[in-house]
Amino acid sequence: MDAIFLQILNGLDKGAAYALIALGLTLVFGTLGIVNFAHGAIFMLGAFCAVAFNKLLTLSTKVEDTGVTLFKAYKETPYLKIWFPEAGPVLIDFSVPLSIVMAIPVMLLIGYVMERGLIKHFYKRPHAEQILVTFGLAIVIQEVVKAYFGANPIPQSAPSLMSGSASVGSWIGLGENVVYPWWRLIYLGFSGAVVFAVFAFLKYTTYGMVVRAGMRDRETVGLLGIDIERRFTIVFALATVVAGLAGVMYTPVLPPDFHMGMDFLVLSFVVVVVGGMGSLGGAVLAGFLLGLVQSFASMTEVTAILPGIDQIIIYLVAVFILLVLPRGLMGRAGVMDD
Amino acid sequence: MSNLVLHLDDVQKNFGGLRALSDVNLAVEEGTTHAIIGPNGAGKSTLLNVCVGRLKPDAGSVTFDGQELTGMLPHEIAQIGVARVFQTPEIFPDMTLLENVMLPAFSRRDGAFKFNALSKLSSQSEIRGEAEHILEDVGLKEQMMLEAGSLSRGDKRRLELGMCLILKPRLLLLDEPTAGMSRHDTNSTIDLLKKIKSRGMTKVIIEHDMHVVFSLADKVSVLARGQIIASGLPEDVREDPKVKEAYLGGTA
Amino acid sequence: MPIWLEPFGANYPDLLQKFAIYGIFAIGFNILFGLTGYLSFGHAAFLGIGSYAAVWSFKLLTMNAIPAMFFAVIFAGGLAFIIGFLSLRRSGIYFSILTLAFAQMSYKLAYSVLTPLTNGETGLQLRQTDPRIIDSLFVEAGAGLPSTNLFGLKMSGYPGFYFCAVILIIGFFISMRVFRSPFGLMLKGIKSNQNRMNYTGLNTRPYMLTAFVISGMYAGLAGGLLAITDPLAGAERMQWTASGEVVLMTVLGGVGTLIGPVLGAGLIKYFENIFSAFNAHVLTEMFSFLPDAVVEVLVPIFGLFVGGGWHLTLGLLFVVVIIFLPGGLMEGFNKLFGLLRKSGAQIRGKRTPQDQPGDGG
Repeated sequence: MDAIFLQILNGLDKGAAYALIALGLTLVFGTLGIVNFAHGAIFMLGAFCAVAFNKLLTLSTKVEDTGVTLFKAYKETPYLKIWFPEAGPVLIDFSVPLSIVMAIPVMLLIGYVMERGLIKHFYKRPHAEQILVTFGLAIVIQEVVKAYFGANPIPQSAPSLMSGSASVGSWIGLGENVVYPWWRLIYLGFSGAVVFAVFAFLKYTTYGMVVRAGMRDRETVGLLGIDIERRFTIVFALATVVAGLAGVMYTPVLPPDFHMGMDFLVLSFVVVVVGGMGSLGGAVLAGFLLGLVQSFASMTEVTAILPGIDQIIIYLVAVFILLVLPRGLMGRAGVMDD
Repeated sequence: MSNLVLHLDDVQKNFGGLRALSDVNLAVEEGTTHAIIGPNGAGKSTLLNVCVGRLKPDAGSVTFDGQELTGMLPHEIAQIGVARVFQTPEIFPDMTLLENVMLPAFSRRDGAFKFNALSKLSSQSEIRGEAEHILEDVGLKEQMMLEAGSLSRGDKRRLELGMCLILKPRLLLLDEPTAGMSRHDTNSTIDLLKKIKSRGMTKVIIEHDMHVVFSLADKVSVLARGQIIASGLPEDVREDPKVKEAYLGGTA
Repeated sequence: MPIWLEPFGANYPDLLQKFAIYGIFAIGFNILFGLTGYLSFGHAAFLGIGSYAAVWSFKLLTMNAIPAMFFAVIFAGGLAFIIGFLSLRRSGIYFSILTLAFAQMSYKLAYSVLTPLTNGETGLQLRQTDPRIIDSLFVEAGAGLPSTNLFGLKMSGYPGFYFCAVILIIGFFISMRVFRSPFGLMLKGIKSNQNRMNYTGLNTRPYMLTAFVISGMYAGLAGGLLAITDPLAGAERMQWTASGEVVLMTVLGGVGTLIGPVLGAGLIKYFENIFSAFNAHVLTEMFSFLPDAVVEVLVPIFGLFVGGGWHLTLGLLFVVVIIFLPGGLMEGFNKLFGLLRKSGAQIRGKRTPQDQPGDGG
């Protein structure tokens, strides 16, 4: 029972990342009609925002190491620790959540530039070309990151306050021994908050209403005299921010490296298609669902019977669902129908 | 007793609470041109989809030459002899006119699938000859090496008709063939249809342009609010008070 | 020797082999994407299975290239049939994603699940102790690993290339026949207007599946040849990035044209070879005629795009091509010739038909 509960958390956790990426993908697809193969790279950029912010905070200089008395030794010490001996270390410790502050404007800018600079020229071009150009863009982004940050994963840590484990068992009466990392719970909560915020935006603001209308019928919205192109830019930027934030907060869970974008992208596409293209709710639901499926499939009991099943289970489920439910779980008619 | 090519018998079709079609009866005799007219929203699209087997009637039956069409895939109905012209001409825009017409010829000769990857297209002289002939029939022979996408709408319609004719279908279904056309194009389409008429092909035309209907039809059925309110010879239908009311009386 | 000719040095036969092999891969891919317009991101799976099948043929039966190729094509065709059958139940983007999912699945299976068959990360290799049933009937086992051969002719270096080149030529001619056949016309019809295809009485499903399997077989053949020229089969060949590579080659060269994909494959392999060989030292030498200060600036900048940065260059090139020249090199050539013809006619004082007034152009 304990194991199952933990796997559920694990699955929701992983699923949260999928859901956020899939949410952005669906927003862009539903509003702009573009299948954005660079979306995974955006997730990766978010993660590297955290890396960059951390590097910024830990800009160091050599300071005499008073601890070594035999000879003059020097220690690399971050400027922040020197200038703010008390607040400095705390800031550095909290670099991951703090990098959200930097990530939001950076991702907005990236999204804006991407859309205005490249994507908008492809609205009227055939789908295949949209896929191809965003695919090429993904490669370029990936390679730039690799050139700048190197090819190795750069682990980031969660703030020490939150890097321990919570005894989740005691919350639901399963006993003290059932523990789960705090940060992952925070990630789950954070993701939930972001999803909620996006849905709230779409439902309760006029802007959001226009976006939803545009997702249903772009042409009519345009005819109503609403500047649809500006909406596109904003939606794209929003999707970029969502994916970026998902990336930022995920860094303590998975050390960022330059090709993580593509790995997540493949899975996210699967999620979007299972959820039903064009359905935001479907994307989120499918994200969590597939995260759960993958998590359960990796339980030792399961891999004992079917070795390696966790590697391929998502794809199997996706294939099955696509063949049985042509529009995915919650897809709407008219979106990419055959 | 003439052969009934298409027969709809007490067909009903509901969409949720909406009665799209009720008690629809249609008997299309071989070699005739039967027009179905009606104001917008009368249920013409539904009727057409029922005729080609895309929609299954909730009650009643649809038979083509005695066969049930429901549930058949589009290529299957084409293979048994039903050809269809769409509201917006459906052609192959990035292929030449000649290629456009050759494809259906292959379909007729070889069936729904044939793996003839190793024979040369250029050596298919019989099919090519047929294709050129049909293009001449529809008046497009001059442009046969042009890309189909560059044609005017009227010419695209001719091409589409040519593509249907080369199939030598038992039944030709025309879905608002003159929709969105200029007077000129409409008239040339009518002329072309009259020309084919003489070959004895059975045709069902869905239209709301009266002029087209009365130039071509042997028999007319009027559809309004999902029901056939009149059916018979064009002149009789024209005078029918119910028909006048349906068109002029503000029924949506 | 100068860097531009480096590939033509010691590495030459190797490069040529790769060029021929990837040319074959691209030709097959073009039959699917170029004619029907269906974009598959999963063809690397067929490349991989071709390699694995070939190596198993070497291990179990004989080092001869012919059975290896045969099995490579058969197994790839079989896998393509299964994947194609399932993926083609959908079209457009759903289809692309399904192929991607299947490719990833195959990769994971090869990497960590079916390791007895594939030897996972390390890759399937030849061993002294391999059964080689057929070979053992004819040939005495010598010391060391035997090499792949075509009835005695060793398949490495130049002979290996000639063999691949012959296969490339045969493959090219087959694709030419397909393009110019009624079957090819049907495939173009599918791309042009699938709805009309259906209502014309043509069942698009078997046409699509056949095209898919044919392109899969080409990929398998390429995979087999990779193993023939270098008897090793690794799981990374099945990664979706390898699928991406063949898409790049085909698009760069010119989708839907006959020689385009081959050109694209050749160019990419050539530049891959050159660009990967660049490093700071070579760049500095190259720019040595410029003042030092300028060199200091140029070398790091250019350095980003070469050596390890080859993929960046490739990606940028790809994006640029899609934006401005989606028809690839072939489109570029056509436009160039068009321009030349026009200017040539103008020089001669003739008016080309396009210059007539009132023409739509």
